[in-house]
Amino acid sequence: MDSVNPILLIFAHPRPQQSRINRALISALEGLEGLTLVDLYEEYPDFLINVTREQKRLQEHQLLIFQHPFYWYSSPPILKEWLDVVLEHGFAYGEGGTALHGKDFLHVISTGGDKQAYQPSGYHGFTIPDLLRPFEATALLCGLRYHTPLLLQGGFSMSDASLAHEASAYRNLLVNYYRNGRTVLSSR
Amino acid sequence: MAETFLIFLVVVLGAAVAIVPLTSRLGMGSVIGYLGAGILIGPDGLGLIKQPDEILHLAEFGVVMLLFLIGLGLNPRRLWSMKKAIFGLGLSQVLATTGLIFAGLLAYGWSWEQALVVAMGFSMSSTAIAMQMIDEQGLKTHPAGQNGFSILLLQDLAVIPMLIFVALLGQAPLAANDKSSGQQIILSIIAIAAIIVIGRYLARPVFRWIASTRLRELSVGFSLFIIFSISLLMHYVGLSMALGAFLAGVILAESEYRHELEANIEPFKGLLLGLFFLAIGMTVKLDLLVARPLELFTLLVTLLSAKLLVLAVIASFFKMDKRNIIVLAILLSQGGEFAFVLFGEAVRVSALTADQGALLNAVVTLSMLTTPLLMFLFHKFVAFRLQLSEPPHDEIHSEGHPVIIAGFGRMGQIIARLLGTHKILCTVIDHNPSQIDFVRRFGLKVFYGDASQIGILEAAGVKDAKLLVITIDHQETVNRLVTEVQRLYPHLPIVVRARDRTHTYQLLDLGLKNIERETFGAALSMGQMALKVMGVSTFEAHRIALRFKAYDLNMIKRLYPIHRDEQQIISQAREARESLERLLTQDMEKNRQPGATGWD
Repeated sequence: MDSVNPILLIFAHPRPQQSRINRALISALEGLEGLTLVDLYEEYPDFLINVTREQKRLQEHQLLIFQHPFYWYSSPPILKEWLDVVLEHGFAYGEGGTALHGKDFLHVISTGGDKQAYQPSGYHGFTIPDLLRPFEATALLCGLRYHTPLLLQGGFSMSDASLAHEASAYRNLLVNYYRNGRTVLSSR
Repeated sequence: MAETFLIFLVVVLGAAVAIVPLTSRLGMGSVIGYLGAGILIGPDGLGLIKQPDEILHLAEFGVVMLLFLIGLGLNPRRLWSMKKAIFGLGLSQVLATTGLIFAGLLAYGWSWEQALVVAMGFSMSSTAIAMQMIDEQGLKTHPAGQNGFSILLLQDLAVIPMLIFVALLGQAPLAANDKSSGQQIILSIIAIAAIIVIGRYLARPVFRWIASTRLRELSVGFSLFIIFSISLLMHYVGLSMALGAFLAGVILAESEYRHELEANIEPFKGLLLGLFFLAIGMTVKLDLLVARPLELFTLLVTLLSAKLLVLAVIASFFKMDKRNIIVLAILLSQGGEFAFVLFGEAVRVSALTADQGALLNAVVTLSMLTTPLLMFLFHKFVAFRLQLSEPPHDEIHSEGHPVIIAGFGRMGQIIARLLGTHKILCTVIDHNPSQIDFVRRFGLKVFYGDASQIGILEAAGVKDAKLLVITIDHQETVNRLVTEVQRLYPHLPIVVRARDRTHTYQLLDLGLKNIERETFGAALSMGQMALKVMGVSTFEAHRIALRFKAYDLNMIKRLYPIHRDEQQIISQAREARESLERLLTQDMEKNRQPGATGWD
């Protein structure tokens, strides 16, 4: 049972109205063909995630995207809750847990600080790929193909023009994926 | 002429204003007040009014309007759902009562024709009296009120064949029309069809047209026009005006002008109905009471006992509890407006003598007087006893369920279902029999009993229970129960429903901790929905509601020590409310600024 849409975007931001970058990214995707957008905070304000519905969504799509701000070197809490309850043993991993095998995974992350801050010598002392290791491990255990994360950094200082540029690049990437499949994503 | 009319109005309205509030305040209702006022000023009372019949004709529209308004409150679908009560209860009431009185009168030595006419007349009840009392006593949603209404509806229908029968008895034709009964039936069908067509397709455009003129009085005028024109039509074809008005009401119940009609007719109905009872009071022939007391009394007792008996028996077949059975029987125990019509017709066709007619009318009038009296006596002396001792409480088998739920309304049901998800069994007690029947149909086990009595709780196994949940909605009962339970079982945890903040403090005084105000949760959810509709994000609305809840609960705790000091609590509560609103607003504004939280 495949959905007509190959792309599943799981979006998590507790206050999207206050996020310049995420607002820009999401509105850039408006009306995009082949995209299913799930706004976790809008859909589950009480964190009571409908596991059956979410698993069905996963099965019906080919590309799974997590888009969220980089809160304390990780995701907002609802996405962790989503991982904990949706990626069940026997569904996503373990015996018979092959539902996600061979599907694609892409992380789209916005940070306030710029690239230099995320270096071993920088303000935060680690690179973002380092900090995303738990997500990468999760993806691998579930048999997902892990692609190079899409990073939107320097959110506090990014000009409107470059934000618009980033946003349309994001849209183009997804359009390309819809037309040409996974070859458009770069693997590490 | 003008002067007599003015005197008439002054006397009638004056008597009503003087007497009705009195009986109303005494708890006897308004009907008996109007009747009493009528007797007082009538020809046989002070004699202030000599011609009561004139006013009776006008006042009859009170009944017509009453039925119209009842119809507006229903709609065809609801009416259809009542068919079982209408035909089951109604038909058996009319037939059994007629039969019983008929047999009784035959035994007294009446001829069969006359006995039948009288029996048919006596089997009818007064829609005006019964509906007024149903309204006044808030019985609309009770089995007594609903079934009573169904029976009245059937009586309205039954009067048609009865009138035809009376016309056949005498050789003279029916009063209003000189048609054969075949023609009569066809005409009736045409008239009813006309009402349906007019109500469905004609009334709405006219209303719309009137609404566009913005002349309020025209709308009132048109509402009255509908009533009077239907009455006229019904009169022409020899049907009950009240029945026609009812039908029109049902048809208009689904139109968007329903409330407009209701508001327009309501004041007229109230006043005219009052006048109707006044007029009935005026027509009481007190001299008959002196001249032929024995006959009058015998007939009155026959009428009342037959009706009460039949109604009680039929109602008990329809699975009503004792209280509702008695109320229903009393509600419909009187003779009604249709009896006057029927007897008048019978006198006209010489099926009854004028003398008999007067006597029978007096009986019916007196029976109308007894209804409010009986109801008053019932409530004063019987009703409360019924609640305590009847019907007998169910034998509650203490099955060792760990939870007892006292009061099984909408709250208790949800709590029981939540507990059920963890296989925690509940013994449920409620004192409302209709509620219990309803819940039992869903397969839940509920016991009938007054949960506020400690004996019932003991029978339900409170001694070994792990938890008592109290969802009774009566504040004093809850407090009494809590006090009693804590005295006997001090270690039993209690989860309790509170009415409001004040009640919460009372329960805190009693040492309880698990207290929930009955509407608090619902109000929070609704506020959350409202925020959402107004554009606040779902998550934000959810959080605001949660924060509000936490703050409000905290405030209750903080104000508890001073809750007896009204002055202080008012000022502190206002302060607290203002600071909460300030807090939530600040929070919202802070979050509105991009990057304010340190994150984008």
